Amino acid sequence: MAEPGKKRVIKPLKNFPVQEYINSGHRACQGCAEVLAVRHVLKAIGPDMILAMATGCMEIISSPYPLTSWNVPWIHVAFENAAAVASGVEAGLKALRRKGRVPDKEITIVAMGGDGGTSDIGFQALSGMLERGHRVIYVCVDNEAYMNTGIQRSSSTPFGASTTTSPAGKIHPSGQTTWKKDMTAIAAAHGIPYTATACPSFYTDLAKKVQKAKSVNGPVYLHVLSVCPTGWRIPPNKAIEYGQLAVDTGVFPLYEVENGVWKLSRKPKELKPISEYFKGQGRFRHLDEKLTGYIQEQVNARWERLIKTCEATGGQPEPEAPKEA
Amino acid sequence: MGKKVGIEVSIAAAEAVGLCDVDVVAAYPITPQTHVVEHLSELVAQGELDAEFVPVESEHSAMSVCCGSAAAGARTFTATASQGLALMAEIVFIASSMRLPMVMFLSNRALSAPLSIWNDHSDAMMVRDCGWIQVFCENGQEVYDAIFHAFRVAEDPGVQLPVMINVDGFTLTHVIEPIEFWSKDMVKKYLPPFKPVHRLYPDKVVSMGAFGMPEIYAEQKKAHDHALWNSMPVILEAWDELADVTGRKYSPVELYKTEGAETLILAMGSICETASLAVDSMREEGKKVGLVRLRLWRPLPVEGLRKALAGAKDVVVLDRAISPGSANAPVTSEIRALMYHEPDRPKIHCMIAGLGGRDVTGDDVTRIVETALADTTYDYHIYGVRG
Repeated sequence: MAEPGKKRVIKPLKNFPVQEYINSGHRACQGCAEVLAVRHVLKAIGPDMILAMATGCMEIISSPYPLTSWNVPWIHVAFENAAAVASGVEAGLKALRRKGRVPDKEITIVAMGGDGGTSDIGFQALSGMLERGHRVIYVCVDNEAYMNTGIQRSSSTPFGASTTTSPAGKIHPSGQTTWKKDMTAIAAAHGIPYTATACPSFYTDLAKKVQKAKSVNGPVYLHVLSVCPTGWRIPPNKAIEYGQLAVDTGVFPLYEVENGVWKLSRKPKELKPISEYFKGQGRFRHLDEKLTGYIQEQVNARWERLIKTCEATGGQPEPEAPKEA
Repeated sequence: MGKKVGIEVSIAAAEAVGLCDVDVVAAYPITPQTHVVEHLSELVAQGELDAEFVPVESEHSAMSVCCGSAAAGARTFTATASQGLALMAEIVFIASSMRLPMVMFLSNRALSAPLSIWNDHSDAMMVRDCGWIQVFCENGQEVYDAIFHAFRVAEDPGVQLPVMINVDGFTLTHVIEPIEFWSKDMVKKYLPPFKPVHRLYPDKVVSMGAFGMPEIYAEQKKAHDHALWNSMPVILEAWDELADVTGRKYSPVELYKTEGAETLILAMGSICETASLAVDSMREEGKKVGLVRLRLWRPLPVEGLRKALAGAKDVVVLDRAISPGSANAPVTSEIRALMYHEPDRPKIHCMIAGLGGRDVTGDDVTRIVETALADTTYDYHIYGVRG
């Protein structure tokens, strides 16, 4: 668990390092923005890292024994316990370092899981890790459904998305009938020093947040929207574009919560209509005008609430909004 | 030689873990395991033990934290019971398959439903095939000594497997017994520092927990089976050296008054002390009865058991768990299987007793033997049950 009063000083990244920590040749689908998110996150952290990963797409594309794509010390144990395994690595290294059995050097412990492994089955382990104060960066790479098992709905699937277990039908014309679980707010409610949303379509913003996460003395939760062309039923070359649209329509706002202060990372002058984001996504194809209008109202309301929270906690948007990729 | 003190077995076990200079303890409270982890957290809080005590939010996370900690190369301990073991079971199987050395104190307790906090072996039998080294203890001294033995065996570079120490809930965990403590010098002599074969550290890139395609999965399982069998000589050697340090000699199968015995009782755990008293009284009555104590449940000392049981007319197995809908109970099942091809195999009786904390006295053991020998028409018998 984190010791008070220690803060690492991190030099800001001018350029992304050339060094790769997840090698090419893995089995991710074409246009996978999740593996892109992982690649960026690892580059922003650097070599002195240990990665604990949940079962899911990123694990299964990278580790068919005896092959591995990982260029960092990596462990996978099960689906729901990446946060707990990372807690154990952190506790173990802390004890060994104190006892002089490993070098007296700061190692960044990272845990990663998909939205299912984070907001559903791994929820309890994550909450435990955040509450106990382990110095771990937890990264949720959220592609908004159980893509690895074949696009089943999770609690992170947005309202209106059709998945293989929330199909649009006569009784439920919207497909998914529930709203996306707000994991970042839940993480913030644990009183942890830093939590943020990010998206690889805005990779400088993502890298900056990861860098900040690395410098924080305590648990960090990063929620990274990771566009999945296969599950969202879009062409692979559109993944970056849809990430941008998710942010600029207000569907997935970029913000951070640092020591209780909420701050927007990107505030578009005017939100684009969600119909622009829905257009071309197979998972939203069934939505009619009425349902789209209803979702638009909800997105607007949530956006307003977020702005108010930012104002109430004193957070101002970044002077320069991050540029699009 | 260390000093002898009257102490609760759970507290003594925690003291032993402390003497081993454990690095990480991750545990979730569950009766009757609590005294072990309470005392460990006290040792940490008082600065008597330099370790990370991780008070996890569930047993599932307890075992997961242990996996992470062991993978990082830290000496790792946990304790649980019954439902706790059931909840962590998924990761218990993974810990051994990933060859992560750690020690678990399992205070054996019945499984729900109905909820019962009392002792039997249904929790241990649930994870019988989890691929851990599994030891059953009879008394407090044995539990205390088992902790040092377990760390030494688990962390041996040729073993690298987790070890489960089975301690009967309440009937052993909560009793006060005279226990001879080890000195720090004894521990230093007996237990070398943990030097993991592989560990998670940025000085060397490793991938742990890759997935197995059909062309490799079976080989992995075979390798795990080999590893467990190959741990046997290390287990024996560590018991031999424990005898050098303490003067107490342990072995996988122990015999009590078996010479010339026609009937052998076979049991595991604290019930063996009761059974030995029953053997004494039956011997006094001139009955040719002896006791075979099975200490090492995994890897199963197959040859030792065959040798111990050969020549007997009847073997009465005291099973502390039930396997509903099966031909017999878990321990009997294995004993029957390993004796099946023997030329002079005894009749093997399956007697299920002491479920969910039902008391089994010395007189009960005598009656169990009498019941078994009187009626041999059944596959198994649940002793002393109504209805």
